[in-house]
Amino acid sequence: MSNQPFTHLDVLESESIHIMREVAAECKNPALLFSGGKDSIVMLRLAEKAFRPARFPFPLVHIDTEHNFPEVIACRDKLASDLGERLIVRSLDDSIKKGTIVLKNADQGRNAFQSVTLLETIAEFGFDACIGGARRDEEKARAKERIFSFRDEFGQWDPKNQRPELWDTYNTRVHAGENIRVFPISNWTEMDIWEYIAREKLYIPDIYYAHEREVIRRDNGVLPVSHLVQPRSGEKVEKLVVRFRTVGDMTCTCPVESHARNAQEIIEETAITRITERGATRMDDQTSEASMELRKKEGYF
Amino acid sequence: MSNTTQLLRFITAGSVDDGKSTLIGRLLHDSKSIFEDQLSAITKTSERRGGMGAVDLSLLTDGLQAEREQGITIDVAYRYFATPKRKFIIGDTPGHEQYTRNMVTAASTANLAVILIDARKGVLTQTRRHTFITSLVGVPHIVLAVNKMDMVGYSKETFDAICAEYRAFAAQLGLHEMTCIPMSALNGDMVVERGENLNWYQGSPLLELLENVVIDHDINTIDFRYPVQWVCRPQTQEYHDFRGYMGRIESGVIAAGDEITILPSGRTTKVKEIVTYDGNLQRACAPQSVTLTLTDEIDISRGDMFVKSAAMPQVSKEFEAMLCWLSESPLDLNRKYIIKHTTRVVKCLFARLEYRVDVNTLEHHSSATLNMNDIARVAMKVQQPLVFDSYTKNRFTGSFIVIDEATNNTVAAGMII
Repeated sequence: MSNQPFTHLDVLESESIHIMREVAAECKNPALLFSGGKDSIVMLRLAEKAFRPARFPFPLVHIDTEHNFPEVIACRDKLASDLGERLIVRSLDDSIKKGTIVLKNADQGRNAFQSVTLLETIAEFGFDACIGGARRDEEKARAKERIFSFRDEFGQWDPKNQRPELWDTYNTRVHAGENIRVFPISNWTEMDIWEYIAREKLYIPDIYYAHEREVIRRDNGVLPVSHLVQPRSGEKVEKLVVRFRTVGDMTCTCPVESHARNAQEIIEETAITRITERGATRMDDQTSEASMELRKKEGYF
Repeated sequence: MSNTTQLLRFITAGSVDDGKSTLIGRLLHDSKSIFEDQLSAITKTSERRGGMGAVDLSLLTDGLQAEREQGITIDVAYRYFATPKRKFIIGDTPGHEQYTRNMVTAASTANLAVILIDARKGVLTQTRRHTFITSLVGVPHIVLAVNKMDMVGYSKETFDAICAEYRAFAAQLGLHEMTCIPMSALNGDMVVERGENLNWYQGSPLLELLENVVIDHDINTIDFRYPVQWVCRPQTQEYHDFRGYMGRIESGVIAAGDEITILPSGRTTKVKEIVTYDGNLQRACAPQSVTLTLTDEIDISRGDMFVKSAAMPQVSKEFEAMLCWLSESPLDLNRKYIIKHTTRVVKCLFARLEYRVDVNTLEHHSSATLNMNDIARVAMKVQQPLVFDSYTKNRFTGSFIVIDEATNNTVAAGMII
């Protein structure tokens, strides 16, 4: 007989570990996408649980937009170094210099261009699998994506032609030049992530917790003032107590007003919030009802 | 949320016309799992489509652009919601005839199936099809949701007649345990709240049932099965001689000191330690992912299975299985395919096609090939022996997928008999 009933976090954790080990065993040259954001920090802990006492059987890879919050980059470097794992960083600026990314203007949002640098990095290192921290509860297109999500040689996702995924028996096979994106925390929700951060006492960038910050109001959102976002004429700089629910591109990631100073208080706040994670914080997801789906078809993770 | 919240995975089977999307929308809406921005997006869409004032809750489960254009669900989508008692994952599957494969896919991981019936129409061909697939894939719990009770005047007689007919049909498939609930997803009767209109019904509303159905016994707790996923050899100073076998316990229980058999070789040894990141364990059980060290040095690799039980699994190169063909390219009996079974990948060929099942009538037909959505009984041969149980005894060691080596697509799902 089984002893104690397992909690949802135990079951989700075991599922994620199982997925990571399948990647390690079946893929020739995998990589773990790691940004220093909360979901990818959860992924690091899951990788520790999956592979310790050995080292990870893959490097960590970050596609840096150069629009990241400095606190997040600092956290990324600290965690990679604390764990003693190899971190590969490739920058959108490299692609811009090469001319493979052409910006309309210098300070436009860069989330959509990550695909270009990601695909270049995949080609550079010959990765056949990229493990990412995307979750199905984040967005409607992701709700339909497989855990092992096949990409063709252009890195494209074809939502109408996905491989059926049954039981926990994952098809990891690709031909040369193709690759698989793997999402071990597909079945986790924002709440699960915060509960896990609290349970595991994970170190995350402090901008996830309430702090005072200078902001401006623009396009129905609140934007943090930074070297990339300066008040335009007529815009007033305010000081608000805020936290970030996601930490992406500084030019389009909006904080929410909050006094939650630790994971437990965020769990309480998340339990009663009435706005989705991306709806509240990502201006680039609001351009149209299908914006994520279009980006994914172009190779976005 | 308490620290003992369990996870329940369930599917909903029924067509758009049965109000399936409305039911899911109602569950999400009344359990307060819908966010304001989602509600405002579907409100806009409802208005644009000329909705008559009421927000169309079915829009919540529309996922992809193509679906929004066509107004149908084309694939399996997963939804998440939680109550203080449980976290739920809904595998939302379409009800159209050509999508048997999607339902098989979603059902493969489900603890429970909600089968929807339109109270005006009663038990239809598709109800039989959905029930057959549910039993084929071995979903442990079934709920028959008799929806649109508002359209039949909330008649107890209508409900009773539908339930009786359904139970008689399900019994033919060997299904005896199920719960029938009358409801109106549109009005919210018996979904989350009881409502006022079905006071003659003594049972729980759907959500209460989902929160309380006992799922601890869905996993086989008797027979220890542990497919080796990955051999851990850190080769560091500290762990110089460490050799751990990583995997997930698919069923049963194991304790340090237990004697185990390694299959297919048949050698026996003892478990030395159960290693985890959070410290060694005295015992562990399904579905935990752990690392086992052994007292003897034995040549073991991925694809081997550790077992401990009175009932040993079979080790064979030949077996029969029920198969659901998933691919648009039909089965080619002259070709070799690849099977992935637990952590073992082997070449296979189809020795015989015993019969194809008509999913609507359950009649058996002879068949020269299999097309997408066909379900059939087949005899298979594999190049290397597999270590397996029958699917009805063990969902994890009794299931496999078939892969086409040329395209790398997953072309079939199999359940060993």
